[in-house]
Amino acid sequence: MAVTSSGTATVTLPTDEQILITREFDAPRHLVYEAWTTPELVRRWWSANRGEVTIAEIDLRVGGVWRYVMVAEGGFEVAFHGEYREIVPNERIVSTEVYEGMPDAEALNTLTLTEPDGRTTLTILVQHASKDDRDAHIDSGMEAGMQDALDLLEQVAVSLR
Amino acid sequence: MNDLVRLLGLAQPQVSKHLRVLREVGAVDVRGEGRQRLYRLNGHALKPIHDWVKSYERSWSERFDRLDVVLEELKQKEEGDGSDE
Repeated sequence: MAVTSSGTATVTLPTDEQILITREFDAPRHLVYEAWTTPELVRRWWSANRGEVTIAEIDLRVGGVWRYVMVAEGGFEVAFHGEYREIVPNERIVSTEVYEGMPDAEALNTLTLTEPDGRTTLTILVQHASKDDRDAHIDSGMEAGMQDALDLLEQVAVSLR
Repeated sequence: MNDLVRLLGLAQPQVSKHLRVLREVGAVDVRGEGRQRLYRLNGHALKPIHDWVKSYERSWSERFDRLDVVLEELKQKEEGDGSDE
């Protein structure tokens, strides 16, 4: 059976300190929850197309810690960690998130899964302490995009050699 | 203006205030004077914000596309388990 994409992620900025990410999945929410909270599965999707997840640690209990490390193309390593604050299985996870390259900018993430009709709507509300932190968070995506572009440029350059 | 008041369910002074700010930053254009003013969204003014967020959005889209593949496997596994029982 062909894998069908349920659409693209939608990112909005509800306030100056927030980022809201929304996506629908053609799967029941207990499976989305499983894929979200099982280290072996997180390793398969969390890197996007930007590298390889080398570490995915999940201590899924209130006060427990998570940590993901990804090695991007070219050996550049990025790491994130946080602590679980609230866990409602298959419905909701509230956790902190710190990009280890910017340890002072801690965000509070609320993951919500709803399943009105067999399909799951996933939302992540990222709450930063300041607009600067929020903006830096979005800029990091921009840098990743730039990196993609540079990688492509490198491939093209190599092919011309 | 009356249309916006009705659609948004906000009081007229609030809507006026929002529109004034949007006009000042160029996010809407206004036409007409006096009682009937027509506002039009100016997409060009919003493009820098869209561009800024787009790359971040794309990395999440890539992530979720991969998650789709994992979910498809989990679904098939679950269906398989069901038929075995």
